[in-house]
Order: sequence, then structure tokens, then C-alpha cells
Amino acid sequence: MCRLALKTADIPFSPYEVLNGMEAMQEGYDGSGLGLLLRGVSFEDYKYKKEEQVILSGIAHTEAAVRRLQRLMEERGFEQDYDHRFKVNADLIESKDRYQYIVRVYKKPEGLTEKELEERLMQTRLFLRRNGEEHGNDLTVFSFWPDVVTIKEVGWPLEVGDALGLNDDRIKARVVMAQGRQNTNYGINLYACHPFFIQGIATMTNGENTAFIPIKEWLEGKNIPGYMGYQSDSEVFAHILHYVTKKLDLPLAAYKHVITPLKSEELDAHPQGDFLKGLRTSCRRLIIDGPNAVIGTLPDETCMLAMDAKKLRPATVGGRPGAWAIASEMCGVEALVPDRDPTLDFQPMREHTVIIPPERKELQIWSQFDQFTLSQAA
Amino acid sequence: MVSVRSVYTQPSSLTFSDLPWIIEHREDRCTLCGQCTAVCPKQAIYLTYRRQRVPKLDILKKKRGNEYRHFVGIRQNTEVDKMCIGCGMCSSVCPNEAIGPVPNPNEHRSRFHMDQKGDSWKRGGRRNAPGKTILDRLSFGRISMLTDPALDAGRHEFNTNTILGRVLPPEEYIRRKAAGEWIPPTREIFPFVIGSMSFGGLSPNMWLGLLQGVAYCNEVLGIPVVMATGEGGCPPWVLKSPFLKYIILQIASGYFGWDEIIRAIPEMQCDPAAIEIKYGQGAKPGDGGLLMWFKVSKLIARLRGVPEGVDLPSPPVHQTLYSIEESVMKMIQTLSMAFNFRVPVYPKISGSTSAKSVLNNLVRNPYASGLLIDGIDGGTGAAYNVSMDATGYPIASNLRECYQELVAQGRQNEIPIFAAGGVGKNGNVTQNGMALIMLGASGVHIGKYIMQACAGCLGNELGRCNVCNVGICPKGITSQNEKLFRRLDPDDVAQRVADTFSSIQTEMKKIMAPLGRSQSLPIGMSDALTIDDADAAERLGIKYAC
Ligand code: SF4
Ligand code: SF4
Repeated sequence: MCRLALKTADIPFSPYEVLNGMEAMQEGYDGSGLGLLLRGVSFEDYKYKKEEQVILSGIAHTEAAVRRLQRLMEERGFEQDYDHRFKVNADLIESKDRYQYIVRVYKKPEGLTEKELEERLMQTRLFLRRNGEEHGNDLTVFSFWPDVVTIKEVGWPLEVGDALGLNDDRIKARVVMAQGRQNTNYGINLYACHPFFIQGIATMTNGENTAFIPIKEWLEGKNIPGYMGYQSDSEVFAHILHYVTKKLDLPLAAYKHVITPLKSEELDAHPQGDFLKGLRTSCRRLIIDGPNAVIGTLPDETCMLAMDAKKLRPATVGGRPGAWAIASEMCGVEALVPDRDPTLDFQPMREHTVIIPPERKELQIWSQFDQFTLSQAA
Repeated sequence: MVSVRSVYTQPSSLTFSDLPWIIEHREDRCTLCGQCTAVCPKQAIYLTYRRQRVPKLDILKKKRGNEYRHFVGIRQNTEVDKMCIGCGMCSSVCPNEAIGPVPNPNEHRSRFHMDQKGDSWKRGGRRNAPGKTILDRLSFGRISMLTDPALDAGRHEFNTNTILGRVLPPEEYIRRKAAGEWIPPTREIFPFVIGSMSFGGLSPNMWLGLLQGVAYCNEVLGIPVVMATGEGGCPPWVLKSPFLKYIILQIASGYFGWDEIIRAIPEMQCDPAAIEIKYGQGAKPGDGGLLMWFKVSKLIARLRGVPEGVDLPSPPVHQTLYSIEESVMKMIQTLSMAFNFRVPVYPKISGSTSAKSVLNNLVRNPYASGLLIDGIDGGTGAAYNVSMDATGYPIASNLRECYQELVAQGRQNEIPIFAAGGVGKNGNVTQNGMALIMLGASGVHIGKYIMQACAGCLGNELGRCNVCNVGICPKGITSQNEKLFRRLDPDDVAQRVADTFSSIQTEMKKIMAPLGRSQSLPIGMSDALTIDDADAAERLGIKYAC
């Protein structure tokens, strides 16, 4: 089983903390892999500025790939400002074809609108990914975005952390998403490892997505760049979140209405029932079936948690002003934010979306039965 | 002795062993009650009075002579038009189990003589193709074993409904909603639809029973079943009733009944579920509807606006129109307008290699609400035997290629495809229907299964009964003869409709639960399907498992 842990805090902390939190939940997972996504990144030896710089994350499996990456990025006009090197202990890494873990900071290209920049960054990521695939998978690219670092590796999570020296505080973040275990449904593949990332949006999920094929076929049919891959049945959760918030421009609260819409009788009594019924019909192919807990983060450091409609996967959120944790087990929350009032921990029900806003003052628990602001179609 | 040459024979003279069904009659049990001969819809059997000569030889008196024994018994007619159809009504009424038809394993010489007076063989029923269908062979193999807990068909809630009607892409839906523009009508219905069987094709009692059952499913059981009328209109009392919302009104090339329907529009209490425009039918592609004169009773004549007792063959095409593109466009638009764009309008076509082109046409038509494809195994009330047996296209691959075409265009949620033709042919109605849904259908239409399950239709693929066309339906399902349809109690039919749909719904859950699906119908969940035939697997784009 996948074990998921997320911590978000005002004061940047080491991702190693979250790996320790996962250790508390070790009973349930087989430890076959680790996926980490960091936001609000700070490096010990470099002053990173998210307004001006973007970060590329991935793995170069050969020396040739590193050199090619260098050249390709230059050709595409990206000027490198900083190259973060992990203190790697290769003996602790199972796979032997990891030449270099890439975390590189580039200057943001200038003169682009927000939308153009987002498009450019994604297209560059997709280009590098394709390029790697064309060269015998010698280059794996996870994210290319301001303020996001992604690390994915096969192995026992804490051991991967040790192997990369994550406990040396050289890299810290305000938001860390961590997932233990590779997705084994469709074979071990680094691209099949959560968290999944697209244009600033990231999600990780536990459980199985039984409606995967119809959802995947629909997303692919939209011909939206980046809606590809799908080595894991959970990747669609990230793309649906992207689609709902970026393509449909709906508020985050609408995500839950798309993946787990209310029943007709419930919508009949809902203040926005008419709109939501139509939305449910239009987005019918995006209805998930679970069992899943979906944990997501947005570019502004908002964190969220939502469950499948039968709530067959548990997940808990808890914390205090300034530091919050979401984990697939209660003990994970306990390990991540021990100095909280545990009686206030919350396990969302099928209708809830838990949102931790970037201010991290309090939790927002939003219910599908509530009205939400709908700028366009109210 | 009579010389053989003087035995009267014609080319079409047959003997009982030439017929598909042979009557076995046990004289030792028969009490001569005459019920079998009275009930037989074909006059295939008759009571006879016979004399048997018993030769008598008195040797002592050196006298030869005869004695005669008289007896009565049941005999089988061998004329083509009185051939036994194996319906088994005789055995069902016989109090002594003394009579019944048995299939004749011999080749049937009668087959060569079904065209008496130059009239090709017409019949009702289905294609004579017994055995497992490809749908029967599909199994649901993607059992959700990776995660626990799995679903519980008995305890969890399941959404077993589907959508009928044009669905907008989300971006367009949101735009139109914000701008207050027209949103195409959709209906949330149960994916097993009672397929088009006309009022006229069916007896009034059958129709009433179905409607009662459908209303019960909707209003008491909460299963939103809808039924289609077939060509021939709809009784006026139904048009003006609140039950109209459970009815898909069909318009076909004969336009029968549409005067009444259009006139009733101002008085309708609610909108119909949908309008189905029939361009073709799986059982007899290229043929229009056919209601043979036997069934054009006074009531039917009034409803259809025709004289009594005449054949009502609808033309194969919608005469006034030039091409299917034009026809589909004009008719869909006209009918949408007639109901003020509040009712989904979709065409029904027979399965065909050209189905994909029709579909592509519909994709571009903003008023088209779906497509119903009817495969070769569909049934009919009346058709030429050759059409039924040999013309048509199987539904599974036809549906699949159409769905895949939509997937390639990213439009699979916009135009729901409904599939029909042999669903439940061998009794596996839920399994067949769900397999089609996983191949991409939004739902299925079932006709023969409903007749068999809800009204006890006797037909089968070995040619049993299948005389629905001539108004002698022994069960009163497809007859307009009061003496016959009085046999069918609408309440009993309604009860069976409720039984049938409750059971289908339960079985749907039993299929969906192990696949880990409960929130939405697994439309296009092709990864769940497996088949034990590599070629079929390849054609359908599913897994081969053995
Ligand atoms: S089986 Fe039907 S058709 Fe044949 S003799 Fe009996 S009642 Fe008549
Ligand atoms: S029982 Fe009636 S409906 Fe069924 S096959 Fe016979 S004639 Fe047709």
C-alpha cells in the first residue's frame, strides 16, 4: 500500500522530517520507492528567488545525458544559475544507473505572459522527457517550475533519504509531499511514482483507481499538452485537478464535485444543484471510484485532501497554526506535528475537501453540500 | 391395395417427419378433452375418428372376415400453413401430459416449401442462430485485488444509471451556462431500456402491462426504466398522462401515429423521455416496419389513422429526404423543435459497416442526442425470414469501433451510443448488457428478453413459435385478437417487469463490485473485459484470457 505524508509549515524544514514521519507508518507499506515534492524551497548555500528563477528536477542516468541536458537547455535559451548537488552515497541506492540527480535553477525566461511562461515551462519539460525516452531513457525529468523540487527513487524511503543526504539541511522547504512505494500496478517506472506534477499542480494518491481506463482515454482525447504518461493509474488525479482549476477555471471546491459528484437526490436539494448536475454530466468520465485519498498542493502552497465517495481510504489531517500535516495514517500526523492538539485532528468524510490555505492559520473544511463561489456560472 | 401411383402427392406434400416439430401424442393418456386442438394457434393438430380393421379368420368354420375397431386420436397436419411451430401450448393445456412437440433432428424438408403462392417466408421473432454469442463469452476479469476493502454489492451504494442525451464538453457547458444559452436536454435513465415494440406489434394488454411495470420501477423501486414505443404511435391516454416521461416515442418511415402525437402536444402533462428516429433495425436492415393485416384491428387502425385489416408496410427510407445526412439533420432538428428543444432526439440504425459514418455525422450535429445501433441478433414482430437470418451486422464489434472512433476524437462523453441486438438472447441479460457497456455503450435496449421474461414469450432460436407477425400469438403478447390477448394479464406482466429490473440491478452490482466500480457506470471500461478467443480479443481491443 502507498503511504502518504504531507507537511506544510511557515518555517522551512528538512524533507527528512517527513521521511521520518513515514517511518512511523511503515507497517503498511513495502518500501519499494519514494517520491518527494518540495515547495517553498530554500538551499543552504544559495539564495533562491522564486519570482526570478525556475527549478528543473530529474535524474540523468549517464554522463552523456548530463551533457546533452546542458546543451539542450542552453539551446532553448535557459540560463543556469545554480546546480544543487546532493551528497550521494551510491551504495545505498538500489539502481545502479543514476549518474546525477538533477536539481538545477535557471533564470525565468523574460518577456512572457504568465500563460506563455506556464506553457513554455511545460513544453520544455515534455521535450526533455521525450528526449530522454529517445535516448534509451537516459534522462528522467519530473518537474520544471518555480519553487518546486521533485525527487523520485526506488528503495526504502528513509534509506533513499540517507543516500541523498537529505538530513544535512542543505535543502529545506515549506511544503513537502512524500509518498512511499512505487506504483506497482503498471510496473516499476520512475514516471509511475507519485507525486505527479503538471504546471504547478501536484497530487499523490493512495489506493487503486478502478476507473482508470475511461478517465485516461477521456483526458488523452482532450489533446491537452501534458495529458500523457499515465504509467500510473493515479496520474489522472493530478491532471483532473489541473483541468478543473486551470482549464475550466473553477474553484478548488469544484474538484470534489467532478471526481465524486453528489447523487441526484442530493443535488436536487443543493443551492447550485442545477449547475452541478450539468457539470457532473459533462465531466462524467472523470468520476473516480476509489478507494482513494487524494492529497494535492497548488503553486501558492495551498494543500488539500479529498477522499473517494465511499471513503474507503482513510486519511487524517492535523496541526496547529503555522504547521499542518496530512497523512494516510494517524500516526503519520502525530510524527510530523507532535506539538498540536490531537483532539482537533480531522478525518474528512466523503463530502469533504480539506484545504490548508497558504497562510496556514487554520484548516478549511469544505463540504460538497455547501454553496461555493462560482464566478462564471453562478 | 391402393397403387402407389394413385397416392395423391404434390411437390409440397409433406409428411410429419419433414416438419421441424413432431407432435408426440400418447393415446393411452389422452382423455379426448380437446383442449390441445382448441388452443393450437396453427390448427396443427386435429381430433380424428378412425376405424381399424381387425382381420378375423375362423378356421373351423372356414370363414374369413373382418372386424372393425373404432378409436379416436390426435393427428398432426402436414400442410405448410398448418405446420406445428413447437409452441408447446398443447402440452401446457393438456391435463394429462399426453401431448407435446419435439424438435425434429432430421433435416426439415418443409424449409423448401415455406414460399407457398410465391409469398416468401415471413415471420416474427429472431434470427435462428442458437448457441453462445460473443457477448455470452465475455467475462469480467479485472477483479480489484490490489486494494482492500473491495466493494460490497449488498451494502454499498451503487449508481447504476446512465445518461441519455447530448452532453456538452465541460468548457462549452460552463460557457453556455454562464451566458444563459441552451443546454441540450439529458435524461438520467436505467441503462437497460425496453426497446421499441410498437403498440400494434404488441397487444394492448402487453403494452399496458409493460407501462404499468415501468411506472412501478420508476415510482416505487426508484429504477428509472424507460421504454420505447416502436413505430405506430402511442395511445392518446398515455400521451396525456404523467407516464409519458417514461416513454421514448419512436418515429419511423411510416410516420404512423404521429398525427395523434403532434395533436396531443399541447395537452401533454410532461415531456417524453426522448424521441427515437428509426432509420434501421438490426433484425431486418433495409426494411421498414411491417404490421401485417392480421393485426390491424379497429383500435390499431384508429391509432395509426389507416383502414382496418390492411398490411402496413413502412417504406425502408424516410421518403421525403435525400440522404441520411440530410434526413438525420432535418428530422432531428424538426423533432427537437416540436418539443421546444427540451427532449433528446436520436436516431436508431441497424448495425452496419457504415455505422461509423453515421456516427461522425451526428457528432457534428449539435442537436443529435445519441445513437442507437441495433445488431443482427435483434428481434422483430414481422420480417422476411431471409432478412432476419442473413442480413445485418453483429453488435459487439460495431459498437466497439464506433466507441473507439469517439475516443479518438475525444467525444465519447458527448454522444451516448446505445447498443441492441441479442442482449440477453440466451438469458444472460445483465452480463451481455454490462459487457456492451464496458465496450463503450451508454446503455442497451432489450426487446425479446423482456417478452420472454415478462410475458412468457415462447420464441427461441430454433424457430420455436415466432409467429408474432400473424396475430396468433398463443400467449397474447403480439396479437390484436381479444380472445388471445385476454390470456395475458397486464398486472402479471407489470409484476414481472418489476422482478426483471430489480434483478438486473442486483446483478449489475454483483458485476460492478468486484471491479471496484460503484460511483458511475463503467462505460468503456474495456480493461475489465476478457475473452477466450484471441481474434475476438484483438478485434474488440480487450484482453485475451484462457
Ligand atoms: S406445439 Fe403449438 S403449434 Fe404445435 S401442435 Fe402444439 S399447440 Fe399446436
Ligand atoms: S409467444 Fe407470441 S411473441 Fe412469442 S414468439 Fe410466439 S407469437 Fe411471438
